Amino acid sequence: MGYFLGQEFPFIQKNVGNWRGLLYRRTIHRYNDTGTPERMNGSRHRPSHHSLRWSWLCLLLAVLLALPAVAQDWIRTGTGLGVEKIRIAVADFKPSTQDAQNTDLLKTFNDTLWNDLDNAGIFEMVSKSFYPLGQIGAPADVQFEKWTSTPPNASMLVFGNLGVTGNSVVVQGWLYDVKNPVQPQVLGKQYQDAATSDAVRIIAHKFADEIIFRLGGGIPGIAESKIFFVRSEGGHKEIWEMDYDGANQHQLTHLGSISLSPHVSPDGSRVAFSSLVKGGWVIMMYSTDLNRLVSFPRFAGTNLSPAWSPDGTRLAFSSSRSGDPEIYLVDALGTNLKRLTDFKGPDVSPTWNHKTGAQIAWVSGRTGLPQIYTMDTDGVNVQRMTDQGYAVSPAWSPNGQFLVFSWIRHYGPGAPGGADLYLMDIASKQWVQLTHDEGRNDFPSWAPDGRHIVFQSSRSGSEQIWMMLADGTNAKQLTTSGHNTQPNWSWK
Amino acid sequence: VKQPTLKWFMLVFALGAIMILGACHKKAAPPPPPPPPPPPAAPTASLSASPDTVEKGQPITLSWQTTNATDVSIEGIGAVQTSGSQQVTPSDSTTYTLTAKGPGGTQDATARVTVTSPPPPPPPAASPTEEELFSQNVKDIYFDYDNAAIRADQQAAMQSDIDFLKEHSGIKFTIEGHCDERGSTEYNLALGDNRANAVKNALVQGGVSADRIKTISYGKEKPFCTESNEQCWQQNRRGHFVYQQ
Repeated sequence: MGYFLGQEFPFIQKNVGNWRGLLYRRTIHRYNDTGTPERMNGSRHRPSHHSLRWSWLCLLLAVLLALPAVAQDWIRTGTGLGVEKIRIAVADFKPSTQDAQNTDLLKTFNDTLWNDLDNAGIFEMVSKSFYPLGQIGAPADVQFEKWTSTPPNASMLVFGNLGVTGNSVVVQGWLYDVKNPVQPQVLGKQYQDAATSDAVRIIAHKFADEIIFRLGGGIPGIAESKIFFVRSEGGHKEIWEMDYDGANQHQLTHLGSISLSPHVSPDGSRVAFSSLVKGGWVIMMYSTDLNRLVSFPRFAGTNLSPAWSPDGTRLAFSSSRSGDPEIYLVDALGTNLKRLTDFKGPDVSPTWNHKTGAQIAWVSGRTGLPQIYTMDTDGVNVQRMTDQGYAVSPAWSPNGQFLVFSWIRHYGPGAPGGADLYLMDIASKQWVQLTHDEGRNDFPSWAPDGRHIVFQSSRSGSEQIWMMLADGTNAKQLTTSGHNTQPNWSWK
Repeated sequence: VKQPTLKWFMLVFALGAIMILGACHKKAAPPPPPPPPPPPAAPTASLSASPDTVEKGQPITLSWQTTNATDVSIEGIGAVQTSGSQQVTPSDSTTYTLTAKGPGGTQDATARVTVTSPPPPPPPAASPTEEELFSQNVKDIYFDYDNAAIRADQQAAMQSDIDFLKEHSGIKFTIEGHCDERGSTEYNLALGDNRANAVKNALVQGGVSADRIKTISYGKEKPFCTESNEQCWQQNRRGHFVYQQ
């Protein structure tokens, strides 16, 4: 039975209505009530030591106060408990010119914007069937009382217009606090780009990110982020890239072999991965700037699972160059190799503390079935995090507090449960289960906002890539073609 | 009265005719000639070769029988008994001719022996190559789940591999580490590396030179068997030997 512990998960903070809330639980609420101002800065900001100490005290208090059954209930019921989500209406944008291309581009834009806001997990999307009749393309069209009264009962309204002129498209968008008719405008933006569906999708992502940033208390939007992954087709496995919402899937490598474990650098310029060549598994490097492979030293043995440090200067990876797979550090050019572990058995799948860069979590089979461990980046202070079962594929959260990983808790013939994703608070080793008996779930990776997780799951019948909120809700399938595994979310 | 008279007349006439005809036949037959003197008996001869087809270098048996002969010879062999047998080894196809002479004349008998070339020398493939010997003799090593230790029931195979590889010290080879489908891709690749190296270490300890051995892990990327049951999983949990040179 797991407890979900208090943390700095995103606050919902609205600059006008002064909304404030936590996504996850009442215990956090309690802690929020006694919280210090720094906590309101959102998950991306590093708390002071003073605030950290406060956090741990509050965590302890939370554990003592929360009954297990209650904790389970909270997790299962998701993000809404104890927190009122912002009710947001997103009106279809209105054409502002007579161009024939408007219809297709408007559909792309409206769908993308709606999905981005829905995926954010901080909104209650008001169904379009409740909207007042008539399109609104400009502030003058907004009739506040029709939006604030039942049935829409919206707090926020997104509207705007889109028009193609010649080869370019212009989009104007607004975010209105419709409950504050005196000073309703929270956001007003204008975008201009080529009249293509790709460009329109990017405009929608940018606008969605602005809205999420304003209404989410400063949390970064992820609509412009990328996901790298492995697609298996025709006996080969290649590295692919897609937008965070599954759109724009395209192949990066054409090696005709087996390439695995893509891991993008913090600045997004390079993708490290492991590939099978004639002599064995080597670390390879793909430049997203040059759109080709760039050289990287080859080490003897089996070289697997490269992971970038948060400052982008180093890589951790697994190498059996000594005859046994161990964790090594190397700088971004592949020089200054340094060994961190020395224990018989597999050591693989490192992940850096994304906040501090001072610790690494990884998987070791030194005691038999694989377990998750952490250590400092000089190899000392090794701590075992999981106590049983088969635990693999750790991913360290952007705020530095959590590990998400794949765990078969009860291992053995006939044992209940399968490979599910779990979230663990590193300081206390308390954990909570995120997926529940829906196929095999593996290779989680955090979104830059620290609130979403992308992972591979067999729940649809084949291995595909899914994303969900970090509490396990809002699961959404991103790939359908071929077999797709080992997703890695970009850092921004 | 008239009837009997006719009958008698006819009977007399018939008898008279028979007598006349018979007297004429006797007059035509010539006197028999004197019998000729009996000629001396001519010789007979038979010759056989057994078998009548042989590979070059193989012997055959010639057998012969004669009658009424006083002087018997076989061409190429010389005078022989009037009947008997003899082994000969013809180098080429030969027709043996036996001549039997006697007071009654001369009689020949022949026997033909076909000599075939021996079959072409066995092609080099017939003697197994090192690669064939390698695949016939070297046994893969199987592992327990999530384990890279050489288990007890694999020690015999391990020892036999060591013996063979020491005997054929020119062979270079790769050991592939394989895993079953369960568990995670990255962890299985590391585990497969452990398995390949476990087999390599056992060979080296047994006296096989390490510089003949390469290792590679395939994790669960290249399974031998793709069903989801223990029998199939066991097939995939192995150190697999591959001949290199």
